[in-house]
Amino acid sequence: METVRSSEVLTADELQRAIRRLALELVERLGTPDQFVLVGIVTGGEILAGQLADALEALEGTRPVVGHVDITLYRDDLYTGLEKPVLGETALPFPVSGAGIVLVDDVLFTGRTVRAAFDELWDYGRPAWIKLLVLVDRGHRELPIAADFVGRHVSTERSDRVVVDFGANGGVALQQAPEGRT
Amino acid sequence: MSDSTARVARRKDMLGLRGVSREEITQILDTAAQIRRVNRRRVKKVPTLRGRTVVSAFFENSTRTRMSFDLAAKRLSADVLGFSAGSSSTKKGETLMDTARNIDAWRPDCLIIRHPSAGAPHMLAKAFDWSVINAGDGIHEHPTQALLDMLTMRDHLGTLEGRTVAIVGDVLHSRVARSNIFGLTTMGAKVVVAGPGTMCPPTLEALGVEVRHRIDEVLEDAHVVMMLRVQRERLGKAVMTEVAEYARLYGLDLDRLQRARPDVLVMHPGPINRGVEMTPDVADGERSVVLEQVSNGLAVRMALLYLLLGEDGGDGDRG
Repeated sequence: METVRSSEVLTADELQRAIRRLALELVERLGTPDQFVLVGIVTGGEILAGQLADALEALEGTRPVVGHVDITLYRDDLYTGLEKPVLGETALPFPVSGAGIVLVDDVLFTGRTVRAAFDELWDYGRPAWIKLLVLVDRGHRELPIAADFVGRHVSTERSDRVVVDFGANGGVALQQAPEGRT
Repeated sequence: MSDSTARVARRKDMLGLRGVSREEITQILDTAAQIRRVNRRRVKKVPTLRGRTVVSAFFENSTRTRMSFDLAAKRLSADVLGFSAGSSSTKKGETLMDTARNIDAWRPDCLIIRHPSAGAPHMLAKAFDWSVINAGDGIHEHPTQALLDMLTMRDHLGTLEGRTVAIVGDVLHSRVARSNIFGLTTMGAKVVVAGPGTMCPPTLEALGVEVRHRIDEVLEDAHVVMMLRVQRERLGKAVMTEVAEYARLYGLDLDRLQRARPDVLVMHPGPINRGVEMTPDVADGERSVVLEQVSNGLAVRMALLYLLLGEDGGDGDRG
């Protein structure tokens, strides 16, 4: 087994600072947290949405409504002969029709996950608008999708992995695999 | 939800629960518990199996199982077609293999089959590369019924480990009972069966169950009482005690139910012969979970279609 080279992109502190800055940006550009809802994409985006909601509450005294979507049933890559992904939960505790939604994910890569999330949200209703917030934009888009709010742009090779750990001793790391994808 | 991180190898077919591991049963039940949320939405459909073709071939009459499979495939966006015994060309003398070769020529992705002969689904699963789901083969197995029963039990009991399930009726000739026995014992439940000697012979103990002959002997400790349907169409007169006699000795009424745990679950695979296996006040009573079984049947079949169907080109990238 060849070794994987790993380099730090954000420390745990820097990650928390990035979340606070993203919260501030949300308020500056979208208004108070009662004017939008956060929807995290399971699993990384769900954790990030929760931490963003904490940061918004600390900043503004109001907590936004938070939901999450598991996009597994909407993926375009289910038939690869690999084992099927474990299904997660979708919970949208608000009327989707007419809502202003900030879709939240930890890493933006090909854009396919975001496309799948759009499809799922549309099956729940017709949102007034959707903005996209990501902690890390690592490039290599395969669809015309761009984030409205970005914590950090990271330059990567296609075969690299970006690992996000929201824990107290976590952070964001870039893993360079010796060969192959993911 | 419960933890199903245990990685389970992908299988092509679901032919029966004999030999299926605890991890895999857990994975199917966990998947069903998530996927059933789709059925409560306004848009009760996900694009997961778009472009896939599911054929249901019912060589025995069935209403609810066939409808449940059809709906499961449709809720996942698959295209569904099929036939039931009455309209089938087997009436014109076509062999099962010939029917299957014809279906194969349309390049299906999955065949759901119910057949009076035990082993018919297994034969097709070996001969063709599409997935086969056994919807009941003779008196052998009916795995999706057992899976929906186990999901219903797990919803109420939290776990199947250490729980006692009583199965009452014609256990010997019941594919529902056999699949449940295989699944439940794998999951660590204790299975006790009761019925007339001709329907519940002591030889059943080889399957890892306890055999009793009076229903009262199994009621007291049971967390679940599963009443099997009296299959009049499957039985010769020699085996069958009079229906009224059966109802008196093995039917579940409110009096008998008093002897069970207050939180006992009453289950029945349907369709119920009211007044035979159970009285209407039990069938419609507060301990009955019969309609939950029907809902969970849809969920389990969606989960299996999701887990079984697969394999073509496509790109594995995420992000």
